Amino acid sequence: MTSTTPSGSATREAAEALTGVETTARSVEEAAAEPLTGLTGAQSLVRSLEAVGVEVVFGIPGGAILPAYDPLFDSRVRHVLVRHEQGAGHAAQGYASATGRVGVCIATSGPGATNLVTPLADAYMDSVPIVAITGQVPTAAIGTDAFQEADIRGITMPITKHNFLVTDAREIPQRIAEAFHLASTGRPGPVLVDIPKDVLQATTDFSWPPRLDLPGYKPTTRPHGKQVREAAALIAAARRPVLYVGGGVLKAQATAELAELVELTGAPVVTTLMARGAFPDSHPQNLGMPGMHGNVTAVTALQKADLIVALGARFDDRVTGQLSTFAPNAKVVHADIDPAEIGKNRKADVPIVGDARETIAELLPALRAEHEAGRTPDLTTWWAQLDDWRTRYPLGYDWPEDGSLSPQYVIERLGAIAGPDAVYTSGVGQHQMWAAQFVKYEKPGTWLNSGGLGTMGYAVPAAMGAKYGCPDTTVWAIDGDGCFQMTNQELATCAIEGIPIKVALINNGNLGMVRQWQTLFYEGRYSNTKLHPVDAEGRPKPVRIPDFVALAEALGCVGLRCESKDDVDAVIEKAMAIDDAPVVIDFVVGADAQVWPMVAAGASNDDILAARGLRPVFGDGQV
Amino acid sequence: MSRHTLSVLVENKSGVLARVSALFSRRAFNIESLAVGPTENPDLSRMTIVVDAESQPLEQITKQLNKLIEVIKIVELDSAAAVQRELLLVKVRAPMADRTQVLQTAELFRAHVVDVNTDTVTLEATGTPDKLQALLAVLAPLGIKEMAQSGTVALGRGPRSMSGAGTLRPVERTG
Repeated sequence: MTSTTPSGSATREAAEALTGVETTARSVEEAAAEPLTGLTGAQSLVRSLEAVGVEVVFGIPGGAILPAYDPLFDSRVRHVLVRHEQGAGHAAQGYASATGRVGVCIATSGPGATNLVTPLADAYMDSVPIVAITGQVPTAAIGTDAFQEADIRGITMPITKHNFLVTDAREIPQRIAEAFHLASTGRPGPVLVDIPKDVLQATTDFSWPPRLDLPGYKPTTRPHGKQVREAAALIAAARRPVLYVGGGVLKAQATAELAELVELTGAPVVTTLMARGAFPDSHPQNLGMPGMHGNVTAVTALQKADLIVALGARFDDRVTGQLSTFAPNAKVVHADIDPAEIGKNRKADVPIVGDARETIAELLPALRAEHEAGRTPDLTTWWAQLDDWRTRYPLGYDWPEDGSLSPQYVIERLGAIAGPDAVYTSGVGQHQMWAAQFVKYEKPGTWLNSGGLGTMGYAVPAAMGAKYGCPDTTVWAIDGDGCFQMTNQELATCAIEGIPIKVALINNGNLGMVRQWQTLFYEGRYSNTKLHPVDAEGRPKPVRIPDFVALAEALGCVGLRCESKDDVDAVIEKAMAIDDAPVVIDFVVGADAQVWPMVAAGASNDDILAARGLRPVFGDGQV
Repeated sequence: MSRHTLSVLVENKSGVLARVSALFSRRAFNIESLAVGPTENPDLSRMTIVVDAESQPLEQITKQLNKLIEVIKIVELDSAAAVQRELLLVKVRAPMADRTQVLQTAELFRAHVVDVNTDTVTLEATGTPDKLQALLAVLAPLGIKEMAQSGTVALGRGPRSMSGAGTLRPVERTG
């Protein structure tokens, strides 16, 4: 990217160094060249967003944030008007997760801001870099229970990496730069900037780039050499190692380094729900997903390992099961950028604080040095064991006894037809687990879901954000009918703004995951999980409420329906061929399909059930 | 249960106290006392937090505190290597018959009388938490009407300072 003036390129580099976000030379030069005094706070805000390299924001205007919308009207920053602020927040997440850039959402004060709480909490749990800009009542009115006033800074303190209340218009460029820096560096996360209306209306100066004032923020990215060498020594000596790969590897964009490490170690890899796609599913060393609904081999490999190398993972309770019985014989190398995660749930024998990419890059030569010194592990017995488990306990599903469409089949066919180049988002529940299990992920950034918070309704708005960021990529939202009814209004946004996402609605007429638990643990007492109308005897009525095809068409999309196995491929191909409108396929599937394997909540991973009532038998002579 | 005293340097900005207490609350960390006030640097405040924790949760506490953007530095102050003080104001029943005893107790503990009337005497005492506990134990039989006790403030012994170069045993970061 060339710059016409020497000062322009220096400014761009400085801005990039500050914020970690690529800026266009043109945007920074223009930002620097345009009037620097006599601006309103609102103009300063929009100029700051331009300077930091924002290309799109998702939001809804309102009274308190209104002054900011005027300069936004003719800014080079594109604004996508959504239908609910929650949609704006999830769209910012989807955009960020698909592109690697910081996602931005805007809302007004009071209820606009509180509607962002769920996506902020979601981004916090999954470490997604987003910046939320909220309007606030005028400074003099703060604390008086004014119209549309909410203490959003107080409300979001526990669920944001940091937040700011801007009290002086002169601070705006600095706060925006700091917000983007905090969101995108170290362990990424959501940052909220709350701006009172009078601050937006005040007259101020603008200068760029500002100096960042964050004396208490110094993330460690470079790993400690001694720790890396210790880790290499443990890896070279282990007979039953497992590489436990988490979402941090994707955030550090470390998939190439990881692939090298996997080849070098010869070790098996498990990819968590947040890391699917960090290592290709087609690779023979990939055991797949561990966790509550992971496959038997991945879960058992962790349990029986003598060394777990955790890379950008946090030993979440879904993966470990009962902590006291998790991987009892394993030493742990824990590499993470957040020192607070190390030792939080599981003691680390070799803790390594650092960026995943830098850490793995340093680990490679250290490991080669171990190999050259003759310390190469023999993993033949371990692999014989793992291959035996893989053969005996593959992932699978039974076709529904009542002949209804199998949801797992639908998702499997979708993954096969749309392929590993597509981006898949999902909601939360059974369909999410099947999407993580039965779609084969080969590339990073192709699987987006709400893991830590588990937010129903994530799929459609996140797909919208992802498609906006990757317009040439096919984006499929795999959603449940329960989830779909929470955020489908954003399809109208997609239709109007020209964001042609595709939605595979796995419609079983129930809150599937909760219903599964009621089947297994509450004797089939289906309390409040039916999303369909029933007659006096509790039998389903033959009427669709809602009729998802009609609903999709009402929202400006193409609506398709599929109710039998023979139609599945054809309807998916038909949807793939439509690129000028969003498409929704209502896949009417059986209500009794279940997600297996399962480790019940609070249970030990040793008690994994491969299917209902089917405990894997490991027999004698097991490792 | 083990008591640990943390001296936390934070940016002197509005909302920092709320952030720290909210962190302790949601992570279920037990605060015994918390005192916050200005430092020699106008941009920094010092929080002295006494926590009740085993050593492993203490490591989590300090790591989570460090994650807060406005927290600059955390040092654990060892009771042997630090000066710790609390302030106590206590209103004790002191009818004429018991008055001498109250005043003698005050003298023993080097407490000052700051209020006097026909029924009660209010004492002001400073000292380590243990000393103040002892004073209260002696006064209790007489009847403590009301008391207000501040949080612990503490500074490390020796010439160095937390914000200067070199510190007392900073809480170790792993890795």
